[in-house]
Amino acid sequence: MNVEQKQYDEMVKQVSPKSAVFMNSIKAFFVGGIICAIGQVLYNFFEARGFSQENTGILVASVLITVAILLTALGLYERIGKFAGAGSVVPITGFANAIAAPAIEHKKEGLVLGVGAKMFVIAGPVIVYGTVTSVIVGIIYYFVR
Amino acid sequence: MDGLFNGIFWAFVIGGAICIIGQLLIDLTKLTPARILVFFVVAGCILGGLGLYDRLVDFAGAGATVPLPGFGNLLARGVKKAVDERGLIGVITGGFTAMAGGVTVAVIFGYLAALVSSPGMKE
Repeated sequence: MNVEQKQYDEMVKQVSPKSAVFMNSIKAFFVGGIICAIGQVLYNFFEARGFSQENTGILVASVLITVAILLTALGLYERIGKFAGAGSVVPITGFANAIAAPAIEHKKEGLVLGVGAKMFVIAGPVIVYGTVTSVIVGIIYYFVR
Repeated sequence: MDGLFNGIFWAFVIGGAICIIGQLLIDLTKLTPARILVFFVVAGCILGGLGLYDRLVDFAGAGATVPLPGFGNLLARGVKKAVDERGLIGVITGGFTAMAGGVTVAVIFGYLAALVSSPGMKE
């Protein structure tokens, strides 16, 4: 390795951590934003068809979850994730992927302890902490409302 | 028509911004994605409990409800509604009732996906 190459490598080292963080954020912004924009289009679609606000929310989430799991099964969600980082993790589609991907991955370990249990490797903690928080919120709300 | 476009635009911007927060947490704090999902749901549930998250929902629509904090907010909304209707019993039914639809869809299709595809199919 010649000197110029070394200097260049060092320059790359100095610059890249920051710009990598910046680029990752831009990618996350666009992919996450697009998923949410699609969600909004679906909201408008179902609302225009006369569904109540509550049912519209459930329908939108269901469509996004279903599509995300289909993409997961085809191996495409993983590819999107490699590019988008948090942009594909933070939306509800990331939650769906977190359920389907380990279920597929651990299929060989059986339908009960493989698919059934591994499905909740990430979704489990989310549901546990969500439930605990909701109970605390509920208790406080009961006394202060 | 302008209203619809505005709604989609702000869903894009706010939803994307929430994802930037997640990306910065991954890159700068080395939190794993699982912890980030837990963090967002808990944060959304607390903000929802305080009645703050619904203001973001009014403004950003799906930009606030589609990211995971929106899931937490859904739990807060559900438990409040249940407490209004059933008192203390609502504390133990509200959260799960609110998440029932989303979790059931994810479990059913996740299960079907595991049945019909194998790890090998993912290149």
